[in-house]
Amino acid sequence: MKTDGLRMWDRCLLLGMTAWLGMATPAAAYIAYVSNEKSNTVTVIDTSSWTVTKTIKVGQRPRGIEFTRDGKFVFVAVGDDDSIQVIDVAKQEVVDTLPSGPDPELFALDAEGKILYVANENDNTVTIIDVEKRTRLGEIQVGVEPEGMAISPDGKTLINTSETTNMAHFIDTATRQIVANVLVDARPRFVEFKRDNSEVWISSEIGGTVSIIDPAKRTVIDKITFNIPGLRSEAIQPVGISMTKDGKTAFIALGPANRVAVVDTATRKVTKYLLVGQRVWHLAFTPDEKYLMVTNGVSNDVSVIDVAAQKVIKTIQVGELPWGITIAAP
Amino acid sequence: MSTVVTTPVRSGFSFAEYLTCLNGIVWREALRFLHQRERFISALVRPLVWLFIFAAGFRQILGLSIIPPYETYILYEVYIAPGLMAMIQLFNGMQSSLSMVYDREMGNMRTLLVSPLPRWFLLSCKLMAGTAVSLLQVYAFLLIAWFWDIAPPPSGYLTVLPALILSGLMLGALGMLISSGIKQLENFAGVMNFVIFPMFFASSALYPLWRILESSPLLYYVCQFNPFTHAVELIRFALYGQVNWTSLAVVGGCTIAFMVGAITAYDPSRGLIRRGPAGGEA
Repeated sequence: MKTDGLRMWDRCLLLGMTAWLGMATPAAAYIAYVSNEKSNTVTVIDTSSWTVTKTIKVGQRPRGIEFTRDGKFVFVAVGDDDSIQVIDVAKQEVVDTLPSGPDPELFALDAEGKILYVANENDNTVTIIDVEKRTRLGEIQVGVEPEGMAISPDGKTLINTSETTNMAHFIDTATRQIVANVLVDARPRFVEFKRDNSEVWISSEIGGTVSIIDPAKRTVIDKITFNIPGLRSEAIQPVGISMTKDGKTAFIALGPANRVAVVDTATRKVTKYLLVGQRVWHLAFTPDEKYLMVTNGVSNDVSVIDVAAQKVIKTIQVGELPWGITIAAP
Repeated sequence: MSTVVTTPVRSGFSFAEYLTCLNGIVWREALRFLHQRERFISALVRPLVWLFIFAAGFRQILGLSIIPPYETYILYEVYIAPGLMAMIQLFNGMQSSLSMVYDREMGNMRTLLVSPLPRWFLLSCKLMAGTAVSLLQVYAFLLIAWFWDIAPPPSGYLTVLPALILSGLMLGALGMLISSGIKQLENFAGVMNFVIFPMFFASSALYPLWRILESSPLLYYVCQFNPFTHAVELIRFALYGQVNWTSLAVVGGCTIAFMVGAITAYDPSRGLIRRGPAGGEA
């Protein structure tokens, strides 16, 4: 009888031990730069400790933000100052300014990091800037309220979306001319290419969909819709899209739905909704793709998603109205 | 069923004899639990109903801000999971006290209390047996909750164990204390109304305390003085590998107080058990 009893406890202990699978590994050290639209600052986050290490004062209404290819500088579009500011990563302060058109919002850097394409929200233009010479190379007329910007993996095509015209403009980077316009759902906000150039994903904020476009045929081939039980469909406003390098999984920020959708790119179906802070807009992977960081505008914080586990592990307070995010190795 | 060995001549008992007694009582309780499948199922169904129905309905209404031990935004079902774990233990504590009332009515209690081992030890064994049974129920609940995406960090399953043992002992001791004052099985329904429900609802199990403070400061203080709140918070923090020292102190203190109370009450020479004739209305 006693041995039976002991055996039972042994079994319980064993069950407990199997449930215990080990601790999470600490994150590699990267730095994340977050633009805070309302407080006119950029927050610097150390990803090894997930803590804010510095807050940098920048120009007015900072939104689009991206590291240069060498990781030494960060470009941030300061819309109300009508320019792109350059932050020196070593000094952690603004050191220079690039000329853009009025109200720059988002921008795309070419593969070599030499040419910057800037969407000027109030001017219906895309400005082309030579990064080294710090000069304007030209302008392309696009639709009303241009925002989303992305360059194809082969560097030949630039796609810009215009929020009011509801179009994706395909621009030839060599001739700097629009070669095609594709109509998508209302208020297209963001463009993401699949790494193999086989698909372009475009989010429509008001339409509540993500259109998948074949970049060769330049037609919409599929649409992803979202359905979160208990949420009104108007609350689902897809904006930021981030795809893993292998192209298998996409993460889509759903704005006031306070969720990030995880999409299997093969089936084009949502596999999971992850709860983050309020009004989630843009996302960025750490370079090793272990973590994805997302900006929550209304709750003034940034949530960290463990990519493999597909779980939100932490939320960090930043400045007011965090908008864009970019991450690189220091 | 192992029987308790009586050794007439010696004054003290050996460690092995204590162990035999412990094993006997725990094993009886475990057998009783295993043979009552309905009890196991109902113990599981109760929190699951809360989880699947109540939480599903409330998840949109109760937006939660980030409060320790959580490090990010959580769904409502994640929030109430520790509360439901404590609820399992609360019901289990009351159920084992119910079984003691039953045992007393049926006369089985006399078999137990006639043992030569000290009464405090017999009651402690009974308490440990009840706690062990509640642990099985809680872990079964956690397993099902895991499929419902309520997954604390893997190490949390281990760190929550001491918290569960302590809260199980506290709630079991409370049940024992109450059962000593109950003369009849029928009166037990009152326990449901006057102990289980107020304890469960006036606690942090279903809503965070800051939200209760917003709507009713008085209720907030009631919740803070409710030991069940601290059992819930102790479990909640332990599930995320943290210690809530205030709750630990409250739960530890209450466990001792309830146990001393229960042991005193079950002492036939001076306790409540002899207060009135059996069957008499209290």
